[in-house]
Amino acid sequence: MTVQPGQCNCAAESFTERDVVAIVEKYGREQDQLLAMLLDIQEASGSSCVLREWAAIVAREIGLPLSKVFEVLTFYSMFSTEPRGRYLVEICKSAPCKMCKSDEVVAMFEKELGIKLGKTTPDKLFTLMHTSCVGACDIGPVAKIGEDVYGDLTPEKVSEIVNSYREKN
Amino acid sequence: MPKSLNIVSANCGKVTPGNVEEYVRAGGYESLKKALSMQPRAIVDEVVASGLRGRGGAAFSTGSKWAHLLEVRENPKYIVCNADEGEPGTFKDKLLLEKDPLCVIEGMTIAGRVFDSHDGYIYIRGEYRSIQHSFQKAIDNAVAAGYLGNNILGSGFNFHLHIMTGAGAYVCGENSALLNSIEGKVGRPRIKPPHLAEVGLFQMPTLVNNVETFACIAPILRMGGEAFHAIGTAESGGTKLVCLSGHSARRGVYEVPFGVSLRDIIFDPELGGGIAGGKELKFFHLGGLSGSIGCPAQLDTPYSYECLVRTGLSVGSGAVVVADESVCVVDYLKGVLEFFLHESCGKCIPCQKGIRQMYTIICKLSEGKATQEDMCLLKELACMVTNVSFCGLGQTSARALMSAWKHFEPEFAAHLNKQCPAGVCKL
Amino acid sequence: MQPDCKNINLIIDGVPVSVPEGTTILDAAKKVGVKIPTLCHHPDLKVRATCRICVVEIKGQRKYKTACSTEVWEGAEVITNSPGVQQARKMVLELILAEHPQACLGCLRNTKCELQALTAEMGVANKNRLKKTVKVLPLDDCNGAIVRDASKCIQCGRCTEMCQEVQTVGAITTANRSMSYDVTTAFGKKLRETTCVYCGQCTTVCPVGALYEHDDTEKVWAALADPNKHVIVQTAPSVRVAIGDEFGLPAGTFSEGHMVAALRRIGFDKVFDTNWSADVTIMEEGHELIHRLTNRGVLPMITSCSPGWIKFIETFYPDMLPHLSTAKSPQQMFGALVKTFYAEKAGIDPANIVSVSVMPCTAKKIEAARPEMNDSGYRDVDIVITTREFARMIRRKGLDFCALPEEHFDDPMGVASGAGVIFGTSGGVMEAALRTVYEVVTKKELHALDFKAVRGQQGMKTAEVDLDGTPVKVVVVNGLKNARKILNEIREGKADYQFVEVMCCPGGCVGGGGQPVGTVRKTKASRMEGLYTADHKMNIRQSHKNPAVISMYKDFLGEPLGEKAHHLLHTHYTPREQQ
Repeated sequence: MTVQPGQCNCAAESFTERDVVAIVEKYGREQDQLLAMLLDIQEASGSSCVLREWAAIVAREIGLPLSKVFEVLTFYSMFSTEPRGRYLVEICKSAPCKMCKSDEVVAMFEKELGIKLGKTTPDKLFTLMHTSCVGACDIGPVAKIGEDVYGDLTPEKVSEIVNSYREKN
Repeated sequence: MPKSLNIVSANCGKVTPGNVEEYVRAGGYESLKKALSMQPRAIVDEVVASGLRGRGGAAFSTGSKWAHLLEVRENPKYIVCNADEGEPGTFKDKLLLEKDPLCVIEGMTIAGRVFDSHDGYIYIRGEYRSIQHSFQKAIDNAVAAGYLGNNILGSGFNFHLHIMTGAGAYVCGENSALLNSIEGKVGRPRIKPPHLAEVGLFQMPTLVNNVETFACIAPILRMGGEAFHAIGTAESGGTKLVCLSGHSARRGVYEVPFGVSLRDIIFDPELGGGIAGGKELKFFHLGGLSGSIGCPAQLDTPYSYECLVRTGLSVGSGAVVVADESVCVVDYLKGVLEFFLHESCGKCIPCQKGIRQMYTIICKLSEGKATQEDMCLLKELACMVTNVSFCGLGQTSARALMSAWKHFEPEFAAHLNKQCPAGVCKL
Repeated sequence: MQPDCKNINLIIDGVPVSVPEGTTILDAAKKVGVKIPTLCHHPDLKVRATCRICVVEIKGQRKYKTACSTEVWEGAEVITNSPGVQQARKMVLELILAEHPQACLGCLRNTKCELQALTAEMGVANKNRLKKTVKVLPLDDCNGAIVRDASKCIQCGRCTEMCQEVQTVGAITTANRSMSYDVTTAFGKKLRETTCVYCGQCTTVCPVGALYEHDDTEKVWAALADPNKHVIVQTAPSVRVAIGDEFGLPAGTFSEGHMVAALRRIGFDKVFDTNWSADVTIMEEGHELIHRLTNRGVLPMITSCSPGWIKFIETFYPDMLPHLSTAKSPQQMFGALVKTFYAEKAGIDPANIVSVSVMPCTAKKIEAARPEMNDSGYRDVDIVITTREFARMIRRKGLDFCALPEEHFDDPMGVASGAGVIFGTSGGVMEAALRTVYEVVTKKELHALDFKAVRGQQGMKTAEVDLDGTPVKVVVVNGLKNARKILNEIREGKADYQFVEVMCCPGGCVGGGGQPVGTVRKTKASRMEGLYTADHKMNIRQSHKNPAVISMYKDFLGEPLGEKAHHLLHTHYTPREQQ
């Protein structure tokens, strides 16, 4: 069976049941590795989300009710059950960064990406969003893209960063 | 008295992170070797003598915690490191995890030895995913060098360390919620009792300590508990990593001995270096968003658990968010409550619904729409949420609000009259 | 009290009291005549302490403690109702009310709602000082058994514990956090798109009107009003010891006579008894067991009377379906016979018969609607109402239940044995079956009719019966978590039972999902007692000795497991998808 990804983008269409099962197996089907599995699925899916179909496979493979997987997916803020961009551009909005004018960084990315906060670019490459503190208050305001954190941002630097991700695709 | 020291952070920036050879050359693993030849009781005695208190924020005596767990007979026991550093303005655990992972590993291994535990878990927040990878390398290196895994240093003692990931939930910093999360469940706090030392991870006795707390263990054994204690004050042994952020001129992590003044931390040229751009200090927020807000009149308070608590402040996580005169305190508090509104786990009514009502009122205040009745209600809500909430998250969510209200009452009053003295709020 | 159990001395509201170690402040307060308000607390569920309404003050402590979760300690001084405590409690209640629709008059739980009662007790006026944010969420009422009105949910978590931990069904869960925190299903699907088995246990623990039975009383009123319809009713064994709760009778009161009278006054043409078809069930299921025992059939055989349990095994253990007895439940046997045997006997066109059943159960509504349940040529059971709906009909009719004369069931489907009566409790089907199987197999008279080992509320009860040299090992489980345990044992080959009774609901039908609100363990114990006492008083206590059953076989069905019986009284099962 190929997973039906619903209204999802093309990246997700190549992500199949086999890929989900492989990730579950990588973690030995252990229930306590559920968070790690779901984070991996999000990343590997190319759509930064865990669709219902994939959650159902995880639930079946590790022997949990789907409702329990759903509970986890909705509890932790890093998860989404709706497709997002391949790269999440996350701007820290916590007090130290906000003081250092993180709103201006949001504006820089909005301009560079041509989307508003909370939206995804039409090419499904970027979703611009807020995040809680990422522990980089010494270089705030910061943006986090994937595992990389960028601080001391200027419009030029933002443009450079965004282009480096565009070039990867 | 020196204003900064390098006890816990001695290796940071000096040793290649995760490199066992360099770590050992710098004196690393001496303490583990010592521990392997000591009786568990004797190790715990050193920790008690050190006056070490939990560095995650709750400041519970580490010695007491260890002594309690040592009394628990049931096996197996688990060692858990809380690396869910979610308190905004806090990034000292990140420093240790990134720059000196082996020191944390050594501390956990010693704890494992004390409690004859064979499995340790370090729960690293999802936002620190890249650190999870580098930390795993450090674990692998320690195992390869015989300092971790089976038969550590030929002693016959086995200790395995597992990295678990978070996925974005501040409440998982609460120890029982963290254990639920390690078990792959939602991280809502558990009802207590039972105490985690009796029924913890996978229903077994468990020790949960913060990253910095574990990082203190090797130095304590190396220098002796009493010597460590002597660095600090009577009730606050040792040093503390403080994180300066916001409008500080020199943002970053500094290790200070307990007893230095807040003024030193914020203004000393070797430490915070004052306010960026030469502006005036308006307030400082200690210990993360769950801590209290202090005003310049409190600057000469010594930085120690006992002295801060007397002035209504607390060490908390070690965060020091510095705000200059351009910041509106009402606007700032709006951000604080928005954070708690986002992070409340929803489990209990006061926190789930009370914070939302508080946030509604503070928003009204920042829009110049609040009334005197609203302010009475806000006070009542804050009092109820503090006294009645299930866990520390709710119980501390109004701390910043209440402390700031005390110091900046005129500024609150001005907002009631549709004026924002700092010119931030759009009234 | 056990000798090693220490007593703790404390002071509650100035009154010294001594209670056993481990007692909560909530229970200790009861001893001094103080009722501390609760909301999330339920006596049969875990302590959760999430609503915080039961907070009390402890002398010398700054923070309040929740009375439901805090155990007493020596020398504690508890103040249950200080001004500060009252203010905090009222604030908690106000917070809930600010998000609650408060559409009480139109709510099914009006006058039976814990939130409403608490509000009345605490005297919270409808203050508007808090921001009102009542979520309007879609009503899930399309499955025919359980309605979920999420707008009314107060997120106490009782239903999720029931569904996840007691029943291990996993249909409803808590989700999200903070102000989005809610009780919902996986991905917000409707219940019928989940693993829900419609046991209705969630509806019995919900303190408000967020989960309740699908009300079918209007359909019954319509049928009764139709002059062309012959409306008959059957009543399940456990209803007669539960319905009295709704009218102020002590828990467990055996009110069969009042109940029959009430049904006649409501207007049913015939009032029959499911106990009669319970006896028929024993004839079929008992013979099936004997057949399996003697013909190397699939063993252990598992009972099939409990429709929530049937949906459960179809969903979670489809590979185990051959273990299920093919015998229909008493409700469905009754339905198949009323439109054949009875119609024939009474000379009524079955097309004009409306067959209604009064059940302790929400899953029975789904069972009656299963497409295969039409062996009479018509839908065998047309309308199923629960005990709660029945009570509503009595009220609507304006009947003073307790003042009604005691009446008897109609013939011929109203005559039952004691074995039929005890179907209403966990262990009852097993005991009834053994009473018959023993005599059929051994051809000897059974003198000791009471099988006490299978009685009571324990989740799992085992017994061994000697059938004249052949030992038969049996096990009785109630509650689906226990059913899961036994199925796993059978699957792993670790169980050597020959016969298993499974009841979906904890305690069996006396604790069914359609029973009156407020049913707890203590109530169930009284109802069990009521049923066993009734059984004990009866002259005929074995199904195969019920004259009405004997003559029905003689005149109509022929032999148990015979061709006609097979056609009308046996069924098949369907594996179901989990997600």
